[in-house]
Amino acid sequence: MSLDLPLVWAGIIAVAVLMYVLLDGFDLGIGILFPFAASPAERDVMMDSIAPVWDGNETWLVLGGGGLLAAFPFAYAALMPAMYLPIILMLLALILRGVAFEFRHHGRVRGKAFWTAAFAGGSVAATLAQGLVLGGFIQGVKLNGKGFAGGPFDWLTPYSLLVAVGLLAGYALLGATYLIWRTEGDLQVRARRWGWIAAGATAALLAVVSVATLFVHPRIAVRWGFDGAGFDLATLLLLLPIPLLGLAGLGIVVWGLRQAHHATSLIGAYLVFLSGYIGLAVGFFPNIVPYDLDFRAAANADNALALMLVGVVILLPAILGYTVWVYWLFRGKVGGDAGYH
Amino acid sequence: MDFDALILSRLQFAFTIAFHIVFPSFTIGLASFLAVLEGLWLATGRAAFKTLYLFWVKIFAISFGMGVVSGVVLSYQLGTNWSVFSAVAAPVIGPLLAFEVLTAFFLEASFLGVMLFGWKKVGPGLHFAATVLVAVGTLISAFWIISANSWMQHPTGFMTLPDGALRAVDWWQVIFSPTFPERFAHMTLAAYLTTALVVGAASAWRILKRGSDEEPRLALRMAIGMFAIVAPLQLFVGDLSGKDVLRFQPAKLAAIEAFWETRAEQPFHIAAWPDRAAEGNRFELSIPKLGSLITAGATAAEVKGLKAFAPADRPPVFIVFWAFRVMVGLGLLMIGLGLWGGWLLWRTRGPEYSRAFLWSAVAMGPAGFVAVVAGWIVAEVGRQPYVIYGVLRTADAVSPIGAGQVSASLLGFMGVYAVIFSVGVLYILRLIAAGPETEPPEVDEPPGNPLAAGTKGTPS
Ligand code: HDD
Ligand code: HEM
Ligand code: HEM
Repeated sequence: MSLDLPLVWAGIIAVAVLMYVLLDGFDLGIGILFPFAASPAERDVMMDSIAPVWDGNETWLVLGGGGLLAAFPFAYAALMPAMYLPIILMLLALILRGVAFEFRHHGRVRGKAFWTAAFAGGSVAATLAQGLVLGGFIQGVKLNGKGFAGGPFDWLTPYSLLVAVGLLAGYALLGATYLIWRTEGDLQVRARRWGWIAAGATAALLAVVSVATLFVHPRIAVRWGFDGAGFDLATLLLLLPIPLLGLAGLGIVVWGLRQAHHATSLIGAYLVFLSGYIGLAVGFFPNIVPYDLDFRAAANADNALALMLVGVVILLPAILGYTVWVYWLFRGKVGGDAGYH
Repeated sequence: MDFDALILSRLQFAFTIAFHIVFPSFTIGLASFLAVLEGLWLATGRAAFKTLYLFWVKIFAISFGMGVVSGVVLSYQLGTNWSVFSAVAAPVIGPLLAFEVLTAFFLEASFLGVMLFGWKKVGPGLHFAATVLVAVGTLISAFWIISANSWMQHPTGFMTLPDGALRAVDWWQVIFSPTFPERFAHMTLAAYLTTALVVGAASAWRILKRGSDEEPRLALRMAIGMFAIVAPLQLFVGDLSGKDVLRFQPAKLAAIEAFWETRAEQPFHIAAWPDRAAEGNRFELSIPKLGSLITAGATAAEVKGLKAFAPADRPPVFIVFWAFRVMVGLGLLMIGLGLWGGWLLWRTRGPEYSRAFLWSAVAMGPAGFVAVVAGWIVAEVGRQPYVIYGVLRTADAVSPIGAGQVSASLLGFMGVYAVIFSVGVLYILRLIAAGPETEPPEVDEPPGNPLAAGTKGTPS
């Protein structure tokens, strides 16, 4: 039997990171929208809608990082120092917003105001930091063999800043559509308005980032059949379903917003993220650290990958099972629960 | 590699992990305590157990949150600051760290939500199951991380390839390396002791300030039971750990005891001023022959001194020597507190009538945290200059980064941790000062629910 272990693991890590983006994305999005709530009571409902699940959502980030260490140690060892400052910024921001869940309701007047601001500010900063990491990653990391050989600010360019702002809009869209699903009344009306704005911003920035990527990174452009002058139609047609998926997602978002459907817009927003994610993967697969380290060269020893695969096969279904159960347990409208008043 | 980046990364790692371990030490014990309280409530129907549960679960929620956010920092820091270590160690302990996420972190995080917010959504049996799963999750987490650390302290079950890379050859020996059982037992007992000391202190404070109601009396007795049983057990397990150190890390043992010469009949130094430059103790207060007896089991046993190792292979002796004495000194005080409390329970009307005992229990409240951090300093500083003992030196393990970035991040962590630590401690102390409510609160106020408390608090 010969299982292509590195390939299987590349898939597992890709899924873990995607799960993180989809789940913690709406958590962070709610933090981004926090300042726009009409009242403290509304902010309470917003926070309540994610309080039982945020920790589980963030655990996918730990699986992404820890899994990368364990499955692709050379990628982990190259990427983490390369993105040193934005990763530290992300961690500091996640600390502030993470403790705010508890601290905010133990605080009195000034304490509560401070942790309200920390939750919003931390969410914005964590999102921007993740965007900078993503932008820096797409630009590529300077390597010497398998180790990082670049400077401390290589990740900081107009392009990565653009990606960061785009992610901010995207997470805000996830947050707004999640709120439409989980809340009702005035807050839901407001969330729809936020949804419109965020959807517009996401669509515009996604378009700008896509075009910028083609022009700034010729190696990705070639993957899409773009040689700087014109498109190679055969290549492009093959990949066309990916942007079409994104467009369909946006259509579903808009339709859901217009019809005031509950969960439809969130599903549409997820499709937009999925299309962006696959679109990126097409740009540099099989590199795991663009553009000089492919996933096979970065992979851990086969016996370690095999051992962990046994664990994943047994444990991941259980994890997904109880995660779904917890979401199901806390389903329904948050504000509508009599016990909360 | 940049020399300053090494020192700064070490400082940052020591600071962030010492901060982190404070919370697991408390949450591991508290999760088990909560499971016991809820189980007793379900079994006996006695309201006091439920009141205590609802009180301690609020404190648990705060501590757990701080444990989680400081833990995420560590898992990324292994890459940002110790990338060479990560790449070298991953073939062997990578799976252990991954298993920690898969078996423990998801379990804890998911059922924590049910535990804190599911009070009305699930029946009592299922809620109890959630509490038990969180408690089990904290222990599984400790299992894997201590396993990884034990392997770094005494690596077994691996080989080195010609190109220098490590490969696991026997996973059983990797996971259950020889010092693992002692370390895991020592850490778990440390967590239980730490929690019992906090619970004891909070209950004693409450009795001193507001008289002895049923709940604090009950909690105080439970805490005394823990000191009386666990503290002596900890001395026993700690001694086993010491024997491991003698066998596997003789340089660390010499540092713990400030032995310089290799000889039989080593004295035991109660206090000393070890001086690396002078290769001796500038001052010592000793009991003759006891050192060999404690460490090796016989006064005639020859025990190695630091001079038997090249200066570059000696750990920093002053820190290790004193951290060990702080840990053991506090351990002995805990045993004393257990004996005293046990005697009061057995021979008098009860511990709640002895103000001297109650004040001592209050004073010992933070002792567990101090002992835990001191113990880790012994273990980790004592293993220097290696990060993987005998295999990889700390100096070779650091990331190729500059000192500027590490200073910035270290300052960031110090600033943010100072804020969240002082605020977290303030909120916990406030809750302790308010004490458990004597009237059991209505069931429809889920413990730790932001809205339930938020609507009563002041809006922002
Ligand atoms: C003996 C126990 C112990 C030790 C030595 C450590 N931890 Fe820890 N950790 C826990 C016991 C624990 C815990 C009990 O499972 C925590 C603490 C409180 C909590 O909320 O979960 C936790 C939380 C926690 C989390 C967050 C989990 C989540 O998202 O729910 C991460 C990522 C880490 N830890 C990582 C580490 C790393 C990389 C360590 C060492 C280098 C480390 N921990 C030492
Ligand atoms: C949670 C309890 C722990 C505490 C309080 C702790 C404390 C420390 C301290 C104080 C140092 C600094 C030693 C020095 O530089 O002189 C250190 C080093 C180190 N420890 Fe731990 N440690 C703990 C657990 C672990 C675990 C579980 C791991 C890994 C699985 C680990 C990995 C390391 C590494 C990689 C270093 C080398 C970096 C350095 O020298 O600072 N530690 N630790
Ligand atoms: C009462 C007598 C005690 C003795 C003889 C003792 C002995 C030891 C020894 C020899 C080590 C070093 C192990 C190594 O470096 O390999 C150690 C580590 C440690 N001790 Fe203690 N200890 C005692 C009490 C305590 C207490 C009361 C606590 C906390 C409440 C504690 C917490 C720790 C921790 C957290 C470590 C580091 C983890 C480990 O290496 O196991 N110890 N102890």
